[in-house]
Amino acid sequence: MSGGNNQYWRWREYHRVLPSKKHKTPSLITAGIDIGSISSKAVVMVDGEIYSVSVMRTGSNSPDSAKKVMDWALEGTGLKLNDINYIVGTGYGRVNVPMANNALTEIACHAKGANYIWGSTVRTILDVGGQDIKAIKCDEKGKVLSFLMNDKCAAGTGRGMEVLADLLQIPIEEMGAVSLKVDEEPEPVSCTCVAFAKTEAMGLLRRGWSKEKVLAAYMRAMAIRMCTLIERVGCEKDLVVTGGQSKNIGIISRIEKILEMKPLPMPNWEENGKDPMVAGAIGAALFAKALYERAQKT
Amino acid sequence: MITAGIDMGIQNVKVVLLREGEVISQASASSGFEPGKAAEQAFEDALKRAQVASSQIKHVTATGIGVEMVPRADSTISMIAADAKAGVHLYPSARTVIDIGAEEARALICDEKGTVLDFALNERCAAGSGAFLEAMARALEVNLEEMGNLSLKAKGTVSVNATCVIFGETDVVSLIHKQEPKHEIARAIYDALAERITSMVRRIGIKPDVVLVGGVARDIGFTSAIKRVLETEILIPENPEYAGALGAALHALGKVGGNAK
Repeated sequence: MSGGNNQYWRWREYHRVLPSKKHKTPSLITAGIDIGSISSKAVVMVDGEIYSVSVMRTGSNSPDSAKKVMDWALEGTGLKLNDINYIVGTGYGRVNVPMANNALTEIACHAKGANYIWGSTVRTILDVGGQDIKAIKCDEKGKVLSFLMNDKCAAGTGRGMEVLADLLQIPIEEMGAVSLKVDEEPEPVSCTCVAFAKTEAMGLLRRGWSKEKVLAAYMRAMAIRMCTLIERVGCEKDLVVTGGQSKNIGIISRIEKILEMKPLPMPNWEENGKDPMVAGAIGAALFAKALYERAQKT
Repeated sequence: MITAGIDMGIQNVKVVLLREGEVISQASASSGFEPGKAAEQAFEDALKRAQVASSQIKHVTATGIGVEMVPRADSTISMIAADAKAGVHLYPSARTVIDIGAEEARALICDEKGTVLDFALNERCAAGSGAFLEAMARALEVNLEEMGNLSLKAKGTVSVNATCVIFGETDVVSLIHKQEPKHEIARAIYDALAERITSMVRRIGIKPDVVLVGGVARDIGFTSAIKRVLETEILIPENPEYAGALGAALHALGKVGGNAK
């Protein structure tokens, strides 16, 4: 993302087809569609391996978004919607995915997806999306043992970052790095209500704070909220972060400091498709495979 | 003897001038980026309207957020105390005062002298304030006045999340997609805020008579919702948004030994 435009809040939408080895012989094709509050994600799997991925902004209409993101994931794969054996929908808009054979909660899907991305050592997952924060505990198979989420308040979620990107005129994907350019970590802001993000930041700027310092104070407060949830669910190694905020280095490094625990590193997702932001859709596609196989047996 | 009260609100600065405890003028200005300048502006306007000179003002009391930005304040008073003073001055029978502003809400119970006995606050959260209505009106694509009138036609068939502006917005958008009538959605929005405010008021208990002040008290959609949800009669002054400034001006009067009528 380069500067010079005025849509600082806009994050990168992308679509990627991975070279697949097993695509020739009759294979099991499954898909996961995760309709989040801000972004929609789709993953196509061939025999349980990622074949293609797409990430785009969620529109105002969930069924439309589901169709668009699925079509984009199929683009350039040589596959059509009819070729997919089983589709699982997940995320906040999961009941509005018309082509899905089944719908599962994003909690189950994120745990499953994290297990696929990082392996069987994952025990705690922090999922931070557009308006959700979830702390999930799982076993070595990626099965959910317990979880907590922000069901009453969206403070400290990704939405606030979009507001601040526009106000401070910093491209959203650079904000994390910018927030780390402070000599000394400021006190966290007292209020991370998304609806007040603008006035809160304006108040600090008026007091003469730099943009870097404002971001540091805001992200620290966000990280504290996330860590409180993780600690309540009980933090156990290995810890991973999924959802859009997994790409925010300003959040990740502060979580690490507060918990004194390093989350597992970001995988090489541009190469292998294992994007932590797409963990829910990956998990959904894996569940689709299991559900299809179970249906075939009976 | 003339005294003044300045209320530094988040959205608007309000000024009230009293002569022997009687309101002689009031003025407001948008707080904007420089609330200090806005205060100066509103103060000048109030003086002009009353045709008095700044030197004639015996005492100025400031209240609200950012009182340190007021160019001239001889004393300050908390927003809660100012609301109580104003409430009892406007209605001697008032024992509960609810103030809903742009970004905050407060409720207090007081005695017949306007002394605060207990209070509850809603702060750091937009869901219990005017900001909730503004965000929801945007999502519903109507202006605020329109939303109030719309809601009066509704029966109350749907509901929206009352705990968070962001979740509430999501609810409004999905209700629009379900093609629920706009007036029903509008009523659900007011009911949500009224429920939220009611649960704050219940924390301290409700003692009649109940007075509602603050800018949101001007919204017909909200006032009918709060009467419904709180299940009690509510007194609303003519200029509810000036209650804080009035309370401050009454405090100023007390400071120089005057008595309100």
